[in-house]
Amino acid sequence: MTDGGPALETRDLTVRFGDHLALERVTLSVPPGAFVAIVGPNGAGKSTFLKVLLGLVRPSEGTVRVLGRPPERVDPRLIGYVPQFKTLDRTFPALAEELVASGLRRAWPGRLSAAERRLVEAALERVGARQLIGRSVSRFSGGELQRVYLARAFVRRPRLVMLDEPATGIDVLGEADMYRLLEDYQKETGATLLMITHDWEAAYHHATHVIVLNRRLVGFGPPERALSERCLREAFGHVGHAHGISLSFRRNHDA
Amino acid sequence: MLEAWSLPFMQRALLAGLVMALLAGYYGPFVVQRGLSFLGSGLAHAAFGGVALGLLLGLEPLAVAVPFTALVALGITWVSGRTRIRGDTAVGIFFAFSMAIGIVFLSLKREYTAEAFTYLFGSILAVSSADLWASLALLGVTALTLPLWGRWAYATFDRELAAADRVPVAFDDYLLAFLVALVVVVAMKLVGLLLVAAFLVIPAATARQGARTFLGMVLGAVFVGALSVVLGLALSYRFDLPSGATVVLLQTLLFTLAATLLRRG
Repeated sequence: MTDGGPALETRDLTVRFGDHLALERVTLSVPPGAFVAIVGPNGAGKSTFLKVLLGLVRPSEGTVRVLGRPPERVDPRLIGYVPQFKTLDRTFPALAEELVASGLRRAWPGRLSAAERRLVEAALERVGARQLIGRSVSRFSGGELQRVYLARAFVRRPRLVMLDEPATGIDVLGEADMYRLLEDYQKETGATLLMITHDWEAAYHHATHVIVLNRRLVGFGPPERALSERCLREAFGHVGHAHGISLSFRRNHDA
Repeated sequence: MLEAWSLPFMQRALLAGLVMALLAGYYGPFVVQRGLSFLGSGLAHAAFGGVALGLLLGLEPLAVAVPFTALVALGITWVSGRTRIRGDTAVGIFFAFSMAIGIVFLSLKREYTAEAFTYLFGSILAVSSADLWASLALLGVTALTLPLWGRWAYATFDRELAAADRVPVAFDDYLLAFLVALVVVVAMKLVGLLLVAAFLVIPAATARQGARTFLGMVLGAVFVGALSVVLGLALSYRFDLPSGATVVLLQTLLFTLAATLLRRG
């Protein structure tokens, strides 16, 4: 990473799939050490945005820099990616420690070396999941999978952690634990965190920056600015009352 | 029974069968876990088209079947990656095409084409040393790919995670399809195209019942394949049964036992 440079930077990022415009001229810059929440309605291009940063989708137009480099030229060891764990193939025979070790090796392990085993156990310990060693992931609950995937991301000591809807399918206690684990990791390493979420309240309380997407960039900045009523209305068409953050909004002025 | 194994043709059949068990045990778990179980069957039918073309041109059938089947495998991979149809549909289209073109080729050949039928049903007891060398060569090629096992397994587990870690997943799809095509062509001569898919699918599916790791699944698939070859050949010799079919029936029996008794992680 270029020292002091932004952790993420996009300029006029546009992604088209055939005729479909997934992202349109998104320009933003995220400083290192930020905790960024990406919110937006379904089909807003949130996952596409993450895939561009991971180097899985090429921009149709515009430029992208991740840790100072084009995404496909970033050393993948600098990035810890936590996918939506509902995509897990539960028919694949895998143990918890193998899943974590895949993050270390960037390949599926046959046998773990003693050094790998130590790192993997430490990563599982860190997320409070040491007891899952030796168990098959196919039978894990959402909360257990969440921890194993977090350990998998942390084990390589990434500079940037990207999470796709990490709170989906886990209970409130598990969610609180997850934010604590993420924030602890960030405090310790100064890493940048980026998470897609449907939970505005979590974004409000945990993020330092919020990206409101609806194909275009609707809002970007500190949560109290980006989650303003005007931005949410523009992105979602309403401000939602079920999330219990209307009180917070009342204090805020429109950006 | 022991005297059976002193017969040269039984020794060749055993060796060929064990090589097949190794190859199919190695590739089978990828085929099964990637949801490509139908691919083995489809490629075997494609190989039949290649054999027919070889017979029509008066060339060594396998020499034509290998590139023909490899092309079909690459075509299936390309179509399922590029279009809005699933892999099994792509297999369905290509195998119908190859079978149809094989039938046309055979009809164009005026002489009797009984040789084509040895490929339909296989002849593990009539394995030639050329067939044996072909399967050993393929085993050698496979040994060279061992360093790729970890990334193939990674992409089999989660294609997106592997791609994000810069595993060349699209290239590996083609490479795996190509190698499976080679296994299918070699296996076709041994067990016949009707039973080829069994070798790729059943030992792996059997091993999955008891395996807790992917490596365990591969080792288990090799074991189940080898066991069924040894027992199958012995039983077919003892009771004068068709050998390829006996081997596959044993595989099915082992699968049934594993599915009933094991059922783990």
